[in-house]
Amino acid sequence: MALATRSWAWLRRNALPIYAGLAVAYMLIPIVVIAVFSFGATPKGKLTFGLDNGFTTEYWTSAFSLPELNEALFTSLRLAALSTVISTAIGTLMAIALVRHKFRGRRLTNLLIVIPMATPEIVIGASLLSMFIYYTVALGFTSLLIAHVMFSISFVVVVVRSRLIGFDRNLEEAAADLGATPLTTFRTVTLPLLAPGILAAAMLAFALSIDDFVISNFNSGTTVTFPLYVYGVSLRGIPVQVNVLATMLFIVSVLAAALVMVQQRRAERMAAVRPEPIPA
Amino acid sequence: MSLRQRLVPYGLLGPGLLWLIVFFVVPMYFMGELALRSGSLTTGYTFDWAWSNFPDSLAGHTEQIGRSFFYAGTATLLALLIGYPLAYAIAFRAGRFKLLLLFAVIAPFFTTYLIRTIAWKTILSDSSPIVSVLQTLALVPPDGRVLATSGAVIAGLTYNFLPFMILPLYANLERLDLRLVEAAKDLYSSSRQAFLRVTLPLTMPGIVAGVLLTFIPAFGDYINAQLLGGTQQSMVGNVIQSLYLNQRDYPEAAALSFLMMALILAVVSVYIRFAGTGAFMGDEEEAT
Repeated sequence: MALATRSWAWLRRNALPIYAGLAVAYMLIPIVVIAVFSFGATPKGKLTFGLDNGFTTEYWTSAFSLPELNEALFTSLRLAALSTVISTAIGTLMAIALVRHKFRGRRLTNLLIVIPMATPEIVIGASLLSMFIYYTVALGFTSLLIAHVMFSISFVVVVVRSRLIGFDRNLEEAAADLGATPLTTFRTVTLPLLAPGILAAAMLAFALSIDDFVISNFNSGTTVTFPLYVYGVSLRGIPVQVNVLATMLFIVSVLAAALVMVQQRRAERMAAVRPEPIPA
Repeated sequence: MSLRQRLVPYGLLGPGLLWLIVFFVVPMYFMGELALRSGSLTTGYTFDWAWSNFPDSLAGHTEQIGRSFFYAGTATLLALLIGYPLAYAIAFRAGRFKLLLLFAVIAPFFTTYLIRTIAWKTILSDSSPIVSVLQTLALVPPDGRVLATSGAVIAGLTYNFLPFMILPLYANLERLDLRLVEAAKDLYSSSRQAFLRVTLPLTMPGIVAGVLLTFIPAFGDYINAQLLGGTQQSMVGNVIQSLYLNQRDYPEAAALSFLMMALILAVVSVYIRFAGTGAFMGDEEEAT
């Protein structure tokens, strides 16, 4: 009886951590499953729902042995790289305008940036397709690039803007006081301090592009990206290599995210080093 | 201010605004144009103000629309019930594990959405240990399945959009001034009262943002229903995708897309009116 009361009390005290732990497990289970099944031996090289045939590293050593999969992955990487460069450049300029300048139409601009993020992807994909149908535009890499830049811009603006808002303008004024031209100030003070924010935005844009399925599904024509390839083969059997590549992408993304975090900390320290105010 | 200085912001905004207008706003017009055409795939579709496409596509798919509301609503509620305690634990109880837990929340973003959902298909498949546990607990009948049921689709939706619930909640909770909760306790409120009267109202903006960011994408999703559900679980998204890409019945597809947007906007505006906040619009991030 005493034991029951005690364990009930313990449970009550630790209810929140236990609940949080279960929630975290829920979030991580699929990732673990993807990684574990990349080591599962299967007779036909297709993903099966069991690990009865034992452990193998076969699919890791032959990760890049499927030409179609390689091509899809390469298309995705090229698309993500281009879309990241364009959307990060455009979005950063927008963020600077929104935070640093006063102008008419700010509310409307904000609205135009927020609405795409709040629109279901399927509507974005379908409306773009409608326009491409109207003008009988051939779908392919270009239409995909247009779409990917479009849905990435808003996210870039939001990330860079949040970084700009916490920006210490005194540093720029100091540079100007010391005789730097606006361009030199931007290049040597603003940009280095803003870099981690831009880098974070670029990474988000890259991740969004490489992960996108719905909008690409509507606007790809015959071009096949990595998610579109997975969708295509999901009906006739997924090669285990897909799991291997997904696990690789996961590891690379984690390392990249860690790098950005370290960078951001460094920038914060840089900005924190300031001369003492001169006593009046 | 000189004219040149006044034009600077527009120059900075120009490329982005142009891209968003040409490839987001204008396409909406063309989707509207498409929705008002009539004809068939073989004869071609011609524009003739075919307003009847709207009531027709609504009447033809009430079942899927109702299902989308039910699935997305349930998934949003579940995400809130799972996400709020987790965000709270990360904000106040995690200590040195804070960063690690935050990482766990965004970790799903590092693997492809589609592959994650396929992984759920594996986890919920008939031979999976989780299903046998559910059967032992009599939550699922002994010969019953989990895959290809509404439960599987809702579980998938909840999982896939959970980070969108947790992140705004966490951002809001982290800024919460704990001295206010302390003050409530000093004034003899119980923990429960302090939570209901202080913490919860102050984190309302986070809840509103999280609910919207979860409900909207979940409502339009078709991957979860397609991979985890059967033919009896299709949502509006599935219909739109199939009409556009397989049957190429563009007018009906476009009309249904518009209806979906209208329904979401209606739900969102009613919801915002009741929850009353400008947080979602980024009002607090005005220019310095």
